[in-house]
Amino acid sequence: MSESLFYKSATELSSLLQSGALSSVELTRAFIERTQAVEPSVKAFLQQNVEEALAMASESDFRRSRGQSLGPLDGIPVAIKDVISVKGASLSCGSRMLSHFVSPYDAHAAELLKAAGAVLWGRLNMDEFAMGSSTENSAFQTTSNPWNTDCIPGGSSGGSAAAVAAGESPLTLGTDTGGSIRQPAALCGVVGLKPTYGLVSRYGMVAYASSLEQIGPFGRTVADVAMLLQAIAGHDRRDSTSYKVDIPDYTAALQAPAKKWRLGIPKEYFAEGLDPEVRQAVRNAIEFYRAQGCEIVDVSLPHAELAIPVYYIIATAEASSNLARFDGVRYSYRSPNATDVVSLYSKSRGEGFGSEVKRRIILGTYVLSSGYYDAYYLRAQKVRTLIRDDFMKAYEQVDAILTPTSPTPAFKLGERKEDPLSMYLADIYTISANLAGIPGISIPCGFSSENLPLGLQILGKPYDEAGIMAVAHAFEQAHDFHKRYPSL
Amino acid sequence: MSEAPQIDIDYVARLARVELSPEEKVTYSAQLADILGYFDKLNAVDVDGIEPSAHPFHVVNVWAEDVPGECLPKEEAIRHAAKTKDEQVMVPKVVGDA
Repeated sequence: MSESLFYKSATELSSLLQSGALSSVELTRAFIERTQAVEPSVKAFLQQNVEEALAMASESDFRRSRGQSLGPLDGIPVAIKDVISVKGASLSCGSRMLSHFVSPYDAHAAELLKAAGAVLWGRLNMDEFAMGSSTENSAFQTTSNPWNTDCIPGGSSGGSAAAVAAGESPLTLGTDTGGSIRQPAALCGVVGLKPTYGLVSRYGMVAYASSLEQIGPFGRTVADVAMLLQAIAGHDRRDSTSYKVDIPDYTAALQAPAKKWRLGIPKEYFAEGLDPEVRQAVRNAIEFYRAQGCEIVDVSLPHAELAIPVYYIIATAEASSNLARFDGVRYSYRSPNATDVVSLYSKSRGEGFGSEVKRRIILGTYVLSSGYYDAYYLRAQKVRTLIRDDFMKAYEQVDAILTPTSPTPAFKLGERKEDPLSMYLADIYTISANLAGIPGISIPCGFSSENLPLGLQILGKPYDEAGIMAVAHAFEQAHDFHKRYPSL
Repeated sequence: MSEAPQIDIDYVARLARVELSPEEKVTYSAQLADILGYFDKLNAVDVDGIEPSAHPFHVVNVWAEDVPGECLPKEEAIRHAAKTKDEQVMVPKVVGDA
């Protein structure tokens, strides 16, 4: 396959399929071969379901040959983070706890992808139970950043971002609880979107922090992400927090002429701790929008710096409850050293969970425990209200907010692994969107002097995915950062 | 701010039903003290009269009709249990002899 094919956007590949210039089997085979060539250095995949993927591709070609195409995604490979259920596929969540688990049913997002004709291609590496910012917490392997294999790809959806960046899959799904889609997208130089809370059903996604997380798309371009979001968004009665909202035509929204948006710049996101090269790249992006006639407005999100403590209290509290189900009884790892029921729980969990997961369970148990609940958990939930109110107030003045996605480019593998607090600070610009429930997208906006990608984050009003994608698309159209590729 | 709080790691690990090694207890105690010290930032905020948010948006209960649907077949539901017998999950004895 020519190199230009596996670095083409999903939108271009979809046109090639629709015109008959390419079959889905040829396309899928090309991505399989590419994956097999670069996986030894990237390690984004936990499982490669070569035969099933080719069978799905063949079915897609058959449908298309009979004029029964299911739409733009029909025949396009989509690889999925190993926390989202696909019937018959592994579902390890990057954990020894579930190393042999096979999903008995499809997640809502997987059902919708199948209904759209997508070729479900492979299972992607992640931080164990989505807890981490570097994918180093996977129990199975360390994924590298395709731009520099000594660096982390970001996390927790590091496999999803690296697979797109390396040309192993044109589209992938990840999950975002505190930045786990946007931060790896930024560090790997691809586009990643966290939808508004409730837009995509969480049914069939293994829960970490239920009030914060969403499934979302990765792609090479904003239009690619729009195409994948279109397929997975929508109400599902099996997720009690799924929201009934009319889903607009996201792709059509991108084709509308760029507007003169009012864009907010929160000063709290440009304070101490921001890498100078990231700052400059984001400043350049702001100047681009200004030059296009957008109104640039200073806004304040005064509680921004409290987002990290609030997040790590609420997320760990929810985790301590959600992960109680992994007790060694019904489906997870069971310790052979147990002597009674309590030791069966404690030993299975002590041996089955990795160190970050245990740390968060302990922390979450502590903040919920008698005598500490009011001081930590209840107070954090109140500050969460203040954080959300800050955004809602800002959105009275502006259409969207521009910030860096990550305070630094990708850091080196191993650099922060032993220092959890410094790892937590990697999420400083992304976490607030999860607490406020608002949508956010990260797009490439430059490169560091060491040729590492830098990301621009665009945060929007609730359910205004179309709006932030339009803002992102306007930048992408005028720049070529998304057309650069790592040399692997 | 107040002094970094110390977690009673044995007590919390017991509540969480997670067995930790002696080394893990030492490491986690130090790391969690750091993290809790960082959480102290929240004490500086006036939260009087602020409603807590359990979810980002106001959600109300929705009733659904109680319609029987398809369930996982029994063998599928217990397929991943480490130990089963007669279509049931086996665990160590829970109650003592009568």
